[in-house]
Amino acid sequence: MNTVSIIVLIVLAILTIVQVMRISEISSSIQDGKDNQVSEKDNDTQGKILLLVGMGFVISVLVMYWAWGYHSLPAPSSEHGAEIDSLWNLSMLIINIVFFIVQPILFYFGYKYRGKKGTKAVYYEHNNKLELFWTMVPALALAVLIIWGLNVWSGLMMPENEEEPIVIELYAQQFNWTARYSGGDNQLGYATVHEIGGANIVGVDTEDVYSSDDIVTKELHLPVGKPIKFEFRAQDVIHSAYFPHFRAQMNCVPGSKTYFQFTPTVTTAEIRQNKDVKNHVGEVNDIRAAKGEDLWEFNYVLLCNKICGAAHYNMQMEIIVETEEEFNAWLKEQKTVAETL
Amino acid sequence: MSTTSTKNEHFQDHLMEHHHKENFFTKYIFTMDHKMIGKQFLITGMIMGIIGVMMSMLFRLELAYPEQSFPILEFFLGKWAPDGVMDPNMYLALVTIHGTIMVFFVLTAGLSGTFSNLLIPLQIGARDMASGFMNALSYWFFFLSSVVMIASLFVESGPASGGWTVYPPLSALPQAMPGSGTGMTLWLISMTLFIVGSLLGSLNYIVTVVNMRTKGMSMTRLPLTIWAFFVTAILGVLSFPVLLSAALLLMFDRLLGTSFYLSDIFIGGEVLSYSGGSPVLYQHLFWFLGHPEVYIILLPALGISSEVIATNSRKPIFGYRAMVGSILAIAFLSFIVWGHHMFVTGMNPFLGSVFTFTTLLIAIPSAVKAFNYITTLWKGNIQYTPAMLFSIGLVSTFVTGGLTGVILGDSALDINVHDTYFVVAHFHIVMGLSAIFGMFAGVYHWFPKMYGRMMNKSMGYAHFWLTFITAYGVFFPMHFLGMAGLPRRYYSNTAFPMFDNLADINVLITYFAIIGGSAQLIFIFNFFYSIWRGPKASQNPWKANSLEWTTPVEHLHGNWPGDVPVVHRWAYDYSKPGYDEDFVPQNVPLAEGEESGH
Repeated sequence: MNTVSIIVLIVLAILTIVQVMRISEISSSIQDGKDNQVSEKDNDTQGKILLLVGMGFVISVLVMYWAWGYHSLPAPSSEHGAEIDSLWNLSMLIINIVFFIVQPILFYFGYKYRGKKGTKAVYYEHNNKLELFWTMVPALALAVLIIWGLNVWSGLMMPENEEEPIVIELYAQQFNWTARYSGGDNQLGYATVHEIGGANIVGVDTEDVYSSDDIVTKELHLPVGKPIKFEFRAQDVIHSAYFPHFRAQMNCVPGSKTYFQFTPTVTTAEIRQNKDVKNHVGEVNDIRAAKGEDLWEFNYVLLCNKICGAAHYNMQMEIIVETEEEFNAWLKEQKTVAETL
Repeated sequence: MSTTSTKNEHFQDHLMEHHHKENFFTKYIFTMDHKMIGKQFLITGMIMGIIGVMMSMLFRLELAYPEQSFPILEFFLGKWAPDGVMDPNMYLALVTIHGTIMVFFVLTAGLSGTFSNLLIPLQIGARDMASGFMNALSYWFFFLSSVVMIASLFVESGPASGGWTVYPPLSALPQAMPGSGTGMTLWLISMTLFIVGSLLGSLNYIVTVVNMRTKGMSMTRLPLTIWAFFVTAILGVLSFPVLLSAALLLMFDRLLGTSFYLSDIFIGGEVLSYSGGSPVLYQHLFWFLGHPEVYIILLPALGISSEVIATNSRKPIFGYRAMVGSILAIAFLSFIVWGHHMFVTGMNPFLGSVFTFTTLLIAIPSAVKAFNYITTLWKGNIQYTPAMLFSIGLVSTFVTGGLTGVILGDSALDINVHDTYFVVAHFHIVMGLSAIFGMFAGVYHWFPKMYGRMMNKSMGYAHFWLTFITAYGVFFPMHFLGMAGLPRRYYSNTAFPMFDNLADINVLITYFAIIGGSAQLIFIFNFFYSIWRGPKASQNPWKANSLEWTTPVEHLHGNWPGDVPVVHRWAYDYSKPGYDEDFVPQNVPLAEGEESGH
């Protein structure tokens, strides 16, 4: 079926070219081959098409917002996420205003001033007041965005902690994630690639006193409302830990550690009740049901977002945000490094 | 200036005395004539462009119908698409080589190489480039580098596949992916050759513009095309050597066992002996070129569109000095913003703040340029040549794509859309489309100068409308994919049910991509058809002011049969009051009491 449609497309494309060619041959013979200069009629036609297609584009952008806007990620599930989203909304508002003013003007001028015989353009070479105006207006708008943006950024990267964050290591390798909880001492034991072997998948140094209570898991459970400080490591190539629902992302770089801290605010159970999420799940499950695939239940997910090899597209880990009691109960069931290695 | 004109006279005598016969090889292959070298760059760039666009159509097919079988894939990819299903490694290889070819081979060498060579001597009133031999050498390095890049497609383990930025350790370790074997070595060799070629060209452009302008051609009378090529060449000379060093160090890590970029790696069941290197160092070196590279691509397109828009609006370009100033401001800023590609690498947050600040500043000169284009159209008498349509298309894409830069340049916002389709949409629109539209505008506008014939305008119109509509059709929807959190460089989105409802958008994009890609056949057909069968061009078909239109239609070595013209005014005296015609070429002396103002 697909092959057929492609062949049809190719044939159509070739036919288009042949037709266009014939039309142009004929039309140029009518114009007695006046070295293919543009005529007044061309200016008129092309100016009108420009207005039509240009406005069509502007309207289609509105249609896309209406048709696909709801695909955007649901409201953030982290404390700092709300702030990022406010800044995002303001930036989007500004750039959309500019877009919906500038594009129509461009296409309208193209149409309005299409060339006509006997008219002469206005000789207008510069106007310093105008230049100053459209230097200052963007500068002012950007000043607001820069100041607010830097504020949000420093809050993100240098958080002021009221309570001590829980330290969790995320360990990336081709093509999976591993989490290591720091245990009762909230200190991760030393780890190095030289210790990797057998069950010791993240290379924990068992001699290190801090390592004995560390807990290595393949699921990422997080307590709601607690600041969590992630330490990222990678064992082979660069990966990137991308938590879209929490508005968080940080690269995992072999040979060094990177950090990111956030506080989850919505548990998995709660977000499944979110109206937008429910709609999203419903839509996805309609598609899956039609294809005979397993139905999907919403889960937070950690994706790899830096090209890392053949299975990059399938490097993921489930994230479960739960109440502190549930989290502690789960953590208690897990085996510590001292018990496993 | 007097020394220059004596030199020109000598040159002229030289021409008269030795009118040696040219054979096929000296005329078309080992030529040192800047006009022919420009054409060589253009044709090579076009061939590379066809390959790059075809690759994108193949991987778009895969993205629309993941893991489905297409005989066409097996036809093109052979063992990399067993039973017509594309291998994930081949998918990554295709996006990598597509990016490399489009960024470097088409939009750097193909665009800047073509038009800098063709236009710099013609528009400044010089007989040729400062060094014809260096110029020829620059093309042949580029040619060789293209051959090596294409050859890398056929090696056993496949071409480079680590993304066009080839970040180590992925690109350094053959154990990490098959494409990091021989294919990657060839990629690095090809890029090294490319950089050498690019440097030879750029040095030549700078020297020519600085030293060989004709009498009266002060810097403030230069057409904006020349300003753009000149500043682009300076950017290239300052930034490409850094990429060269990055590539050489990567080669050392791969072949000699050094540890510039590698440290503490466990792969394939063993610990590698590398220690103390930093993969992030590579990213700093890469993007120190990589960001100016964006403007190396974009500025020539903006220069071309300034020229085309002024000529076809029959008006002076609005705010000439502001246009030059904004080119210089953009060029300066482009050197201190590279870190915005690296907000999530874990670099010092203070650096992130600095780069956010400098990056967002670029919006100001960019906005000035956009508004000046629009004001140039205002009360014009617009002549809709295909070149003019592509230039207006450029202004539209430059605005659309530039605006999303305000989001991505803000470190706090970048966190959530970094490396998603939002970025793919942004840079394809602002850099890819704008530059390719500028390149098309240039080809349509200067085709009469290159081949002495006109391109067919109806086919030009059809080409523009199909390209403009499908280009937005491909890239605009990608913003929405990105806002849904879809990462780029995913072979398929089927591993995450949360993306299942985006499948329709991907299919739509692919349809646009296939139609848009096929529409380029119209251009290619028109181009080659017109070289031989197009109607003969007159000397100044667009009634333009700049000096290239004072040369005869038939090419001649040395450009002008008599003296080099003397310049009396700037290039934008269109519709000047006091003149009957709506254009006054640069070599027309000032009338009595007329002020040049430039």
